[in-house]
Order: sequence, then structure tokens, then C-alpha cells
Amino acid sequence: MKGVIRVAKSVVRNHGQELNVREIIQEKKRTKSFTNTTEKLIPKILFGIAAISVFTTIGIVLTLLTETIAFFKAVPFIDFFTGTKLKPLGENAVFGVLPLLTGTLISTVIAMLVAIPVGLMTAIFLSEYASEKTRRLLKPILEILAGIPTIVYGFFAFTFVTPLLRSFIPGLEPTNILSPGIVMGIMIIPMVASLSEDAMSSVPNAMREGALALGATKLEVTWKVVIPAAISGIIASFVLGISRAIGETMIVAIASGSSKNFTFDVTQSMQTMTAYIVEVTGGEAAAGTTLYYSLYAVAMTLFVFTLIMNLIAQYISRKFREEY
Amino acid sequence: MKYVDTTQVQKKMGSRLLANNLAKGLFLLATLFGLVVLVVLIYRVLNDGLPWINVDFLMNRLSTDPERAGIWGAITGTLWLMVVVAPVTMLLGIGTAIYLEEYATKGRISSFIKTNISNLAGVPSVVFGILGLTVFARTLDLGSVVLAGGLTMALLVLPVVVVASQEAIRAVPQFLREASYGMGATKWQTIKNVVLPAALPGILTGVILALSRAIGETAPLVVIGIPALLIPIPDGIFDKFTILPVQIYYWTIDSALVAEYANLAAATIVILLLVLFVMNSIAILIRNKFQKRY
Repeated sequence: MKGVIRVAKSVVRNHGQELNVREIIQEKKRTKSFTNTTEKLIPKILFGIAAISVFTTIGIVLTLLTETIAFFKAVPFIDFFTGTKLKPLGENAVFGVLPLLTGTLISTVIAMLVAIPVGLMTAIFLSEYASEKTRRLLKPILEILAGIPTIVYGFFAFTFVTPLLRSFIPGLEPTNILSPGIVMGIMIIPMVASLSEDAMSSVPNAMREGALALGATKLEVTWKVVIPAAISGIIASFVLGISRAIGETMIVAIASGSSKNFTFDVTQSMQTMTAYIVEVTGGEAAAGTTLYYSLYAVAMTLFVFTLIMNLIAQYISRKFREEY
Repeated sequence: MKYVDTTQVQKKMGSRLLANNLAKGLFLLATLFGLVVLVVLIYRVLNDGLPWINVDFLMNRLSTDPERAGIWGAITGTLWLMVVVAPVTMLLGIGTAIYLEEYATKGRISSFIKTNISNLAGVPSVVFGILGLTVFARTLDLGSVVLAGGLTMALLVLPVVVVASQEAIRAVPQFLREASYGMGATKWQTIKNVVLPAALPGILTGVILALSRAIGETAPLVVIGIPALLIPIPDGIFDKFTILPVQIYYWTIDSALVAEYANLAAATIVILLLVLFVMNSIAILIRNKFQKRY
């Protein structure tokens, strides 16, 4: 309606005054050149915007790299990666990253011991056993679990899971690696479950029906047909879960304490790479000190680890994807 | 002659069916495990926190005295953070998505940008904190203020907006674009007047999800160095600030010293989860209500 009125108005206006064709053409030319400029400019602006994400990555790598190099001028490379002692403060500061690596490794292993079996079984139930109605009810609830901020899980680990575990593991310290590891696993369950379920759901029904027609039970179909067919997606979900556990920060920062122990005893307090970063940046590291640079060396190690994991996951799901 | 020995089959099938049923029970239990944890978690938080929530708690400033401590500073801090994060992440995210979907030719550069974005999504948030600390807080000398935190957070949640917008733009059917071209519209006019309005619900859903992620993230801001001390209520994007998750963090680690801090943390969690719940509901609502099917 509006458009019609506008056209009508312009007709009236053009009839009201003398029509000057040359003016109309010039007017058209002017707007056209403006339109042309926008058309040429917009893609360039958008490309600039898209490039910012690349600059972010470059920025991350550059900041980490320059400061890490500065760190390795003060602390030899070998000492850093083979040192079992980490004592970043005080006179005789020692920087060995092994305590942090074992802390990260152990918490990740505990998390995956929870997340892989429970997540995979959840995926199997949702994809193979549950009715459509049950799945539509359960899946969103699991997604809620994935959307809870990690700080809330940290609170949960510190104020609920640790006291609970201490009631039947007497030697457990108030801050330990076991409780945040378990809670991290719970946090990762929805991720493993959802990605594995996607992989299993995309296995065509014809394959299941073929096996069922031969007399296989549902369990046998799942175990011998569906899982082997979906294995690439399932493994990719595990790898992503591991990467998530390595990079997780707040749960371990709260519940695993800050002891830089080089130990494999899960009842003890240990520090992970992420928790170290949070502790050191808590305002105390003055720029230019070795302590400050150690932050970047640890962050670089963390970045490289998670990057490799993510690339592996991408590679697996791309390379071994079965096409039906 | 019988081809099938029925008793033999039944005997064999019995154990296989039993295994199947046992496994089904086990899988159901595993599924319920997550739900049980969720219920316990929410019950604990409500139980500890709910009695502490009142108008004073919401409107009071931070205090070392648990009875007088409130989260007004964290609430305004969160709002100011959104003032920075929302426009920056929308501009960057939607712009990147338009470029990738509408302009980029299928070549090395566009696939490099795509790989880069999916890798960025996997970088631990604490590393973004380091980036923010180095680039925004120290090199640009902003300090640990709203602007520095907001820019860091915007980069962190960028992949969420990009991926959601890409999907929304891709879902706009080609015939709408062709109709627009047929009317004599240029490429940008088509994008501006046809593609973006049609993709808007999907884009908005992504933006809201990204913002709710930004509200819940803690690590980058702790790394940037939000002070645990009592600070004045922020008044703009160049002020120091705190947000709800950081408040929860400091109260949780100090709860070993003052027991009531655990209750304050729980009460703050209730508020945080409520905010996230409302935001996610809005996102789902938009997706269900306005998502057109062609």
C-alpha cells in the first residue's frame, strides 16, 4: 500500500512540474555511481571483518610465542619440560612443568573415565533403545547439563562432591584432584553423548534391519553393526572431550587446590596448567619477571595440546567418515 | 525333518535376550545418572542459596560481612559487559558469516577462515584471557576494565555467532535471492533487504546463545585481573567491574574461611542460572516461533 502511494505521489510530482529528461538521467547516474561504490566497498569491508578472526588466532600465537621465547631465555627448554619441581615464587624459583602436566593428565584421565562410558551408554540408549517420545524428553534435559557454567560445577565439586567423597575416602584432602576430575567428567557427558548420538543416528536403518532380520538382538546390532559404523564420530567425540577436559579451568581452579605436587596420588591436591594460569594472573605477576613469562610458556603448552587434539578430532571425523 | 530345533534356539536366545535386557537397563541407568546429578546440583544450590535471596541481596553492594553483602555491583558489571560484547560480537560474527556465505569464492582463503573459526572455538577460554590481558589490558593499556573484558569475551564467543549466522544464511532459499536479482536489485541490496531479514531469527538465536555463554564464562575475566577487592559500582565501559561468575568464584574459594560465603555463592548461582534460563528460553522461543520453513 505504502509503495503504491509513493508511486502515485511521484507521478503527481512529475506531472506538476516540467519533466526534464536530462535531469532525470543525471539523477539516475548519480545514484547509480553511489550504488556501484557500495557494491564494491561492502565485500572489502566484510572481508576485513572476516579477517579479524584470523587476526585473533595470529594474535594468540604471537603473544604466546614472543613471551614464551623470553621465558626460555631465562629457563632452559629441557629444564622446563623435564623438571619435576615447580616453585615459581621466592628466591630460588624453579620452573618444571611436569607437576602441572601430571595434574592436567590425571584430571583428564579421571574425567574421561566418567565421561566416556556414561556418555557412550547414554548415546546408545538415546539412539537405539529410547522411543521417540523419551528421546525428545531426555535430550533437552541433557543439554541443560551442558549449558551450566563451569563455575557452578566448580562450586558443586568443592561444596558437595568433595565432602561426599571424604565421607568414604578417609585420606582425601579438602582440595584434591579426584573430585574436580569426576565433576569435569559429568560436565563432558552431554558433549560425548550428543556427538556420539549424532554419529549413531546417522547410521542408516537398513543396516540395523539387516542384522535384526538375521536374528540378532538389539544389543548385538548396536555392538556389532551400529558402533563399528559410527566409530569415527564416536572417537572424534572422545577426542573433543579430552580437549575440553585439558582446557577446563574453573572447576580445577576451585576444587583441586594449588599444591604443585609431582605425584600420581589422586587423593592429593594437584595443580593443572589452567589452574596455574588463573593463580599466577591473580594480580601478583609483574610484567618482565620470569614468573610472568612462565605464564605464557604454560599457556603455550596448553594451547598446543588442545590445538593438536582439535585437529585430530577434525581429521578423524573428516577422513574416516563413512558415506552411505 | 525339522530344520530348526526349537528348544535349542530358545535356550540360546534366552541368554542373548537376557544380555540385551540387562544392557538396556544399564544404558538407561547411565542416561539417568546425568539427570540425577542435575537434580542434586539444582537442589543443593536452591537449598543453600534461596533463603539468602531478597531485595537487599540484589541491591546491596559487595561487603565482607555476609549479612550485608549484595550483588548489585556484579549485576551492573554484567550489564556493562553486555553493552560491549553484544555490538562487537554481532558486527564481527554476522559480517564474517555474510562474507563466507555470500561473497567468498570456494577457495583457499575462505576454507582457511572456516578452519580457523572452528579451531578458535576449541581454544580454551583461559587462553583468551591471556590474549585479553596482553593485548587489551596491557599493550593498549586499558587496564582490567569493562572494555578490555568485553572485547576479550566478544572474541571468545565469536565462533558461536558465526556458525549460527552461517547456518541461518545458508537456509535462505536461493529463489528468494533470484527474485530479488530479477527485480533489478544489486547483490548488497539483496543481502540487506532479502537475505538478512529472512535469516534474522536464526542469527538472533545464535547471538542470544553467545551472550548467555559470555555471561557464564569466568576464566578469561579472572585472568584479565578483576579485583577481588571491594570496588565501586561501574559507571561506564572504562570502569573496573566484576560479574556474577567471578563473584561466585571468590565467594566459593573463600568459603573455607567464612562458611556463609558458600551460601552467598549459592544464592548468586541461583540468580545466574535464572538469567541463563530466561535467555535460553527466549532463544528457543525465537527459533520455534519465527523460523520460517520454505
